[in-house]
Amino acid sequence: MCGATEGGLSLDGVNVAKEAVIQGQVTRAGEPVGSAYVRLLDGSGEFTAEVPTSATGHFRFFAGDGEWTLRTLAPKADPVDRKVRAQVGEVAEVAIAV
Amino acid sequence: MSREDSLVTVQWVEDNLDTPGVVLIEVDEDTTAYDKGHIRNAIKLDWTTDLQDQVRRDFVDKAGFEKLLSERGVGNDDTVVLYGGNNNWFAAYAYWYFKLYGHRDVKLMDGGRKKWELDSRELVQEVPTRPATTYTATEQDTSIRAFRDDAVAAIGVQNLIDVRSPDEFAGRLLAPAHLPQEQSQRAGHIPTSLNVPWSKNCNDDGTFKSDADLRKLYDEVGIDDSKDTIALCRIGERSSLTWFVLQELLGFKNVKNYDGSWTEYGSLVGVPIALGDEPGEA
Repeated sequence: MCGATEGGLSLDGVNVAKEAVIQGQVTRAGEPVGSAYVRLLDGSGEFTAEVPTSATGHFRFFAGDGEWTLRTLAPKADPVDRKVRAQVGEVAEVAIAV
Repeated sequence: MSREDSLVTVQWVEDNLDTPGVVLIEVDEDTTAYDKGHIRNAIKLDWTTDLQDQVRRDFVDKAGFEKLLSERGVGNDDTVVLYGGNNNWFAAYAYWYFKLYGHRDVKLMDGGRKKWELDSRELVQEVPTRPATTYTATEQDTSIRAFRDDAVAAIGVQNLIDVRSPDEFAGRLLAPAHLPQEQSQRAGHIPTSLNVPWSKNCNDDGTFKSDADLRKLYDEVGIDDSKDTIALCRIGERSSLTWFVLQELLGFKNVKNYDGSWTEYGSLVGVPIALGDEPGEA
């Protein structure tokens, strides 16, 4: 989508002080992927949540303190796993290339 | 019931997009998903407006369900095929809802919208029009619906299967991690319930695991199929999916979905709650 901002999904309306936000953008060859699915796995690898990416490839989770894994599924691509640490009061930004 | 009676593949759906008597219906948590593109000839049901009473916290009544399906052009003899996002959570909820009101032939599309999208199959914008019908529902089949008193009475007696994520079960999170966490109710789970996250039923692409794998999963957690079972989650959608697995795929008897689930139970005054990863004592 033209004019999409990289990363930095707007946090309007989110009480960041009370949430451990994990968010980011999925891209393929630098272009946003709007048809991907991002799965949030907990420290033991157990599924916790999943979201489809927006038209601009963005996603967001409200997690808890600790280490998480983001598993990204996209058409015609192998799954991509990325580890991320989340903390209440902070926003963890993750850029994912498939 | 069995897998053949209750589940169809994405390929079957693609092969039957124009088959008379097959009605494809999309039901999503994100109620705007359909409007961004859907499977050709699919109609939409909105779980927040079409399937919920707009004043009380309850389903639309029998007359309301009849009016809804009549207007949307769904007939009593149609094969209803449901699909949706989020690994079919809300489609499974609609499946259970159609069963509750006695629809005879209803199926889920295995893998839902995610599997369809990951296969790069066609999505369209055109909204089909279907001629109105005169739909007749049955009274609610409460043999598949649990209420709060059933949940309290099941503590230490029946199988209580809590299908939320381990962190929600233990009380470390109050909602799925794609939703804000601020809620009014208490965290935790109903004592003696077993935590079998709904996701253990599914492969990464959203399709259900094999019957053998599913049977092994429930054998290993120690579900006692000589007892009645209640499935619950936060608002009753994820547990519809587990209800579907237990009753429709594996053929368990007497499985109820507790649609009030944690948002109701966790707000009740005086009921017991267990915290942490263990089921807890009755």
